[in-house]
Amino acid sequence: MGIEQTAPAPGDSNSNFLLTTLDDVVSWARKNSLWPLTFGTSCCAIEMMMATGASRHDISRFGAEVVRATPRQADLLIVAGTIVKRMAPVLRRLYEQMAEPRYVIATGSCTISGGPFIYHSYTTLRGISDVVPVDVFVPGCPPRPEALFYGILTLQKLIQEEETIGKPGYRRKPVTAALPPNMSIDEIKEEMAKLLEQQAIVKDPLKGDSTEFMRGR
Amino acid sequence: MSVKVKTLDDLTLPPPGADSPLSTQEYFINMGPQHPATHGVLRLLLRLDGENVREVIPVLGYIHRGIEKIGENSSYRQTIHLVDRLDYLSALMNNWVVSMVVERAAGIETNDRIEYIRTIMAELQRLQSHTLWWGVIGMDLGAFTPFLYGFRDREYATDIFEETIGARLTMNYIQPGGLMNDIHPNFVKRTKEFLEYLKPKIDEYDELVSGNAIIQKRLVNIGILSAEDAISFGTTGPVLRASGVPYDLRKIEPYGVYGKVEFDVAVGQAGDSWDRYIVRVMEMRESVKIIEQLIDNIPEGDYMTVKVAKAIKPPEGRYYGHLETARGVIGCFIVSDGKDKPYRFHLRTPNFNNLWCLTKIAKGWKIADLVAIASSLDIVIPDIDR
Amino acid sequence: MEKAALLETITALIPNAKVIEEGVDRPAIELPPAHLPEAAKLLHDTDDFAFDMLCAHTAIDRIDDGKFELIYQLYSTKFHHYLMLSVKVDREHPVVPSVSSVWRIAQWHEREVYDLFGVLYDNHPDLRRLFLEDDWQGHPLRKDYRDDFMLTME
Ligand code: SF4
Repeated sequence: MGIEQTAPAPGDSNSNFLLTTLDDVVSWARKNSLWPLTFGTSCCAIEMMMATGASRHDISRFGAEVVRATPRQADLLIVAGTIVKRMAPVLRRLYEQMAEPRYVIATGSCTISGGPFIYHSYTTLRGISDVVPVDVFVPGCPPRPEALFYGILTLQKLIQEEETIGKPGYRRKPVTAALPPNMSIDEIKEEMAKLLEQQAIVKDPLKGDSTEFMRGR
Repeated sequence: MSVKVKTLDDLTLPPPGADSPLSTQEYFINMGPQHPATHGVLRLLLRLDGENVREVIPVLGYIHRGIEKIGENSSYRQTIHLVDRLDYLSALMNNWVVSMVVERAAGIETNDRIEYIRTIMAELQRLQSHTLWWGVIGMDLGAFTPFLYGFRDREYATDIFEETIGARLTMNYIQPGGLMNDIHPNFVKRTKEFLEYLKPKIDEYDELVSGNAIIQKRLVNIGILSAEDAISFGTTGPVLRASGVPYDLRKIEPYGVYGKVEFDVAVGQAGDSWDRYIVRVMEMRESVKIIEQLIDNIPEGDYMTVKVAKAIKPPEGRYYGHLETARGVIGCFIVSDGKDKPYRFHLRTPNFNNLWCLTKIAKGWKIADLVAIASSLDIVIPDIDR
Repeated sequence: MEKAALLETITALIPNAKVIEEGVDRPAIELPPAHLPEAAKLLHDTDDFAFDMLCAHTAIDRIDDGKFELIYQLYSTKFHHYLMLSVKVDREHPVVPSVSSVWRIAQWHEREVYDLFGVLYDNHPDLRRLFLEDDWQGHPLRKDYRDDFMLTME
C-alpha cells in the first residue's frame, strides 16, 4: 500500500515509472500476503476462527485470509490457546516445517504466561517463547478478534521495517500488541477503518505511545 | 496380584513373535494432534486397511491442563473461572453446575430472578453453541457456506452476552449465590430481537443444508450408535437422544425454571449421524421456545442473595450435581473437608464419554466418514482433557 | 424407587454392602474391593435397579487414612434413580478389580484414575496412561505429588 502513494498520476508521461528499493517491494509484498496456519488448541481458537474465517470480522482486509491447514504452505503461525508439555514438541515441529521467512503471533494469556493455569498445573507451559520465537504477543483471555487484527497490523509494521531478504531469520524481541485501555469497541472499530484507509501501519507500542496514535489527531 | 500396565507402543508395534512387520496390509496413521477436522488437538491413531478404518485409538492429553489439581488449590469462587475453559462453548452451564453443587453443599439460597436469568442465559448459550456446531459440521462435510452463516448468527448472541456479562466466550458469570452482575437494561429487548431474527434462520438452515442430497448421503445410516451401546458408553446429550433414549436432565430433574416451561425433548430413532444432526437442529427450535416463555416474565429481585462472603465453607461431605449442557451432562463432584478449598474437585464432562463411542461406531467406515461421524458427535477437546 | 427402599433392596441382595449415611447427598453404599465385580454385575443386571449407566468414576486421595476412595456414580435410564458406590483401597497397594466388562465406559475412566492416581485395575483390557506421556513419573493428583515444574503458592 505504501507503493501506490508514490505512484504518479496516470497520464504524466514523464514519470510513468516507480523508484523504490527491492527490499521495500519484497517487504511490502510479504506483509500483505501472510498465510496463516490454523493452530488453535483451546478457547482462543474460537475467537481466532471468528477473526480469520468467519463472516463479521473480515481478515482479508489485511491480506491474511488464506488460512492453511498445513505448515508447509503457511508463513504465519497464530498460536491460539494453551500449550501443554505434551504439545510443545508438536508446536516446535510445526514451526520448523514452515517456510522462511516465518512469523509467529501468540494470542492469549496462556501463550504469554500460562494464563489462568500458572499455579498448581503440572503440565501447562508458562509461556511459549521457550518453544518458538514469538514476534507479536496479543494479550487477552481470549483476545477479541479486533485485538488479533491489531496484532496482525503490528506484525505487518515489523515486517515492513525490519525484515529484509538480506537478513533472513533475523528477529527482534517480541512485541506486545495490547489495545490501549479505556477504549470502547466502537472507537477501536473506527480506528481500524481509518487505519485501513491509511497505510495499515501501526506504531510500535514499545517505542511510540499507541494511545496517542489511536485517539490523537 | 500383579497388574500389567501397557504403553502406546504395545498397541502399534508388531508383537515380538510376528514373522515380519511387512506381512500385513494394515497400517497405522496419525490424524492430529494438529488437524483441522478434529476440532482442536485430538489425536486419533487409525489402523487402516486401504481407506477403511479398522480401529480408532484416541490419544489424549495434548491439552491436559490439570484443572482438577488447580481446583483443589483454589477457593470455591475461583473454581468458576476454571470451568469456563473446559467446554468454552457451554461456559455458562459449566459455571452453573459448580454453583449448583456449591450452593447445595453450603446451603446458599437463590431467588426466582436468579434462576430465570440463569435459565435464559443457558438456553442462549445452547443456541450459540449449536449454531457454531452447525457451521462447523457443514465445513467438515465440505460446504463452506454454513460456516459463514453459523458464525454470523452466533455473533448476535455473543453481542448480547457481551453487553451483560462483558465477555464473549469465557463468561465467569454464574457464581454461587447468584450472578456476577445484573442483566443489562437492553437485554430483554435484544434477546427478543435475536429470537425473531433467528427463527427464520433456522428454517433457512434446514433449506440450505438439511435437505441437501450430498449432506444426506454423507450422514444418513453412517456411524450407527445403538441405544444399548450409547448407554454403555455413558454418552449423554444429543448423542444419546439421537439413539432414541429421551434422557434430558432438563425434563427428568428440572433445575432452574425448566419445570415451569413447556418444551419437547428432541429424540432420534436410528442413532446415525443424521439423527445426531437433526436432533440438534430441533433443539435449537426448542431453545427458542423456552426463552420465549421466560423472557417476558423475569421477576424482580436481587441478582445476588449472599453478600460477597469471602470464603464459602461447605460442611464436610461428598456432593455431586449435574445438569445438561449443549453437549450432554456435566457433573461436578466436590469433596469438602470443611475448609475454604475443595478437598477434591472432579468434573464428569460430557465429551469424555461421547468421544469413546467413536472407537465403536467409526469402525469399518472410510476416513472421510470418520470426519463426518466425529463432527456429528460435536466434540470439544479441552473438555475431555481438562 | 425411593431412597430408603432402594437401599434396603440393595443391602438385602448384596450383604457386604454398607449404607453410607453421613456426608452424602444421594443414596450411597460402601463395598469391600473384593466384592466389587459381583456387586457391579448384580446392580447392572437386576431388573429392579437396572443401573445401566456409569455416569462418573473417580478417586479421592485420603492420605490421612492411607486409603484411596474410589467413587462410582451409577444411574438407571429406566427408573431414573442414582447410587453412589464407594470402594476403599489401601494406598500402598492400590489394586482393584476392573468393572469395564459391566460398563464399557469404565475402561477409560479407570485409565484416567490410573494415570492421575496410580490405582491399578485388575483384569483391565488396556491399562495405559490416558492424559500424560507413557514415561511420566508419578501420579499428579495424589496429594503428595511434587515435581520441579509445578509452581505452588506456598
Ligand atoms: S488465554 Fe484464556 S481463552 Fe485463551 S486459551 Fe488461555 S484460558 Fe483459554
